Amino acid sequence: MKKRSYFKTRSLPYLLILPQILITVTFFYWPALQGLVASFQLSDPFGLRTRFVWFDNYVALFTDPLYLKSIMTTLLFSGSVALVSICVGLFLATMANRALRLTAVTRTLLIWPYAIAPAISGILWLFLLHPSYGVIAIFLEKWFGLAWNPLLEGSHAMLMIVLASSWKNISYNFVFFLAGLQAVPHSLIEAAAMDGAGPFRRFWTITFPLLSPTMFFVTVMTIIFSFFESFGIIHTVTQGGPGGATNILVYKVYQDGFVGLNLGSSSAQSIVLMALIILITVLQFKYVERKVQYTG
Amino acid sequence: MVEKTPALDLFTYVALIAGIAVVGFPIFYAIIAATLPLEEVSRVPMPLIPGDQLFANLATAWNRGDLGTQLLNSFIMAGGITFGKIVVSLFGAFSIVYFDYRLRAVAFATVFCTLMLPVEVRILPTYEMAANLFGPLQPLWDALGLNGLVSWFAGHDISVKLEFSLLDSYAGLILPLTASATCTFLFRQFFLTIPEELCEAAKMDGASPMTFFWKILVPLSKTNIAALVVIEFVYGWNQYLWPLLITTDPKMTTAVIGLKHLLPSPEDPPDWHIAMAGALIVVLPPVLVVLVMQRWFVKGLVEREK
Repeated sequence: MKKRSYFKTRSLPYLLILPQILITVTFFYWPALQGLVASFQLSDPFGLRTRFVWFDNYVALFTDPLYLKSIMTTLLFSGSVALVSICVGLFLATMANRALRLTAVTRTLLIWPYAIAPAISGILWLFLLHPSYGVIAIFLEKWFGLAWNPLLEGSHAMLMIVLASSWKNISYNFVFFLAGLQAVPHSLIEAAAMDGAGPFRRFWTITFPLLSPTMFFVTVMTIIFSFFESFGIIHTVTQGGPGGATNILVYKVYQDGFVGLNLGSSSAQSIVLMALIILITVLQFKYVERKVQYTG
Repeated sequence: MVEKTPALDLFTYVALIAGIAVVGFPIFYAIIAATLPLEEVSRVPMPLIPGDQLFANLATAWNRGDLGTQLLNSFIMAGGITFGKIVVSLFGAFSIVYFDYRLRAVAFATVFCTLMLPVEVRILPTYEMAANLFGPLQPLWDALGLNGLVSWFAGHDISVKLEFSLLDSYAGLILPLTASATCTFLFRQFFLTIPEELCEAAKMDGASPMTFFWKILVPLSKTNIAALVVIEFVYGWNQYLWPLLITTDPKMTTAVIGLKHLLPSPEDPPDWHIAMAGALIVVLPPVLVVLVMQRWFVKGLVEREK
């Protein structure tokens, strides 16, 4: 950190940071600690008796086929959402960046899904894909003879939540990619054009590498979004079904903890999720450090 | 553009229009549905020409979903989170950047370890905490033998249970979600770019730290504050899991949660026009905020990354 001209007041800085520390300790550290302790305990559903069981909850978790299936479901879901929303976001941003005069207009027209709650995005897509009323479902049936039913068919349900989730994410990714594209020095592009590189070649050899930090950041954020915020989509649209086909990790924590009252298992699941996010964050910070070096 | 490529330009415009159409379609379809009567909306396929029932449907959705109460709750929750986060973070970042004190490194680490970790990863214990805010103090109370003291004072045996619940309260909706370091991080980054001379000059003029804070730092942070207002308002408005857990009273729930009750279940008549009308009402405030404050919003988002 840079040298600052510090104020020399003794107690004021503590007073200033106090609200933040109080809130963080009360609603972050204490619950996180409680969760960690609970993840080593086994208690009956009424919380009357608890027993310390070391890593039993974790062992049970990683030998439970339902949990392993939930991990796979989460990976499939997050991976698909990241792939769809990043490809579409990057494509639209590249197009908007080319149509220079219309950049502001396209941004306005594409930015607003960001403001829509995941739960509502789920409701909108359920309406489009509903087996008996949804317009897309009807045309799938009419044109392709496909018996589309996301309420009964697991893979259809997964496709539905991937669409709802990606749709909401496109605008967020678009904003970042557009900002990244606009930061690419124009002189570089011109120099390459003068050397005879066509638009596609310029994109792959200059723009795309310069965009890689943005790409990395956007990927991390999209994955974190699909891990947590898509809870609203799952809860309004599929409730983890049919047959657990959309039961992603965060929904399972809720199901096991608040519906099934299996406190130990739910806590252990929370800790696994937390560890996962910490890992992703650390990776990102390492990468951001490197990025600072080469952009000066 | 560097060279003239008419074919690529044409492709660009076609692709953009197609992209906007695809992204806009769900909302367009919802708007149409919200203007139709029940017979039309349940016709297969639904007509794509708007009907004249928009206001009737909006009114039905409003009354059936008790949206008036729930929108007010959403406003209080989103406003509270926005205000709380920004104020707490401004103070916090000011303390961390502009003061030199012994526990500064500890304070810094304590706050920034929470970066990126959403409330979803610790819902169960946070819920327990909110259900009884004084729960953690109970062992302390017992250990200090205060029960004995109270019993002696009252003249008969009393066992005191400390209890203070945040369930079904605005504080419960707001406080746990303000425990995040993102705003503090952004303000810290911004404060570090402010030239030191400004602080030196203020000190030479005899300004106290708080005068410097209110007269110089806060006005300089105006654009950052505006950006965070948009981001945090949208964040607060769109919360789902936390309000779902902490509210059981329908009068305390938020609009995004309440909307689920407007969804037609298989036994009900397929009132999709009402559900869509309700959805339009609930998405309007955050969408308006984002569209009107677009410039700050984008600035805030992109700066968050740096």
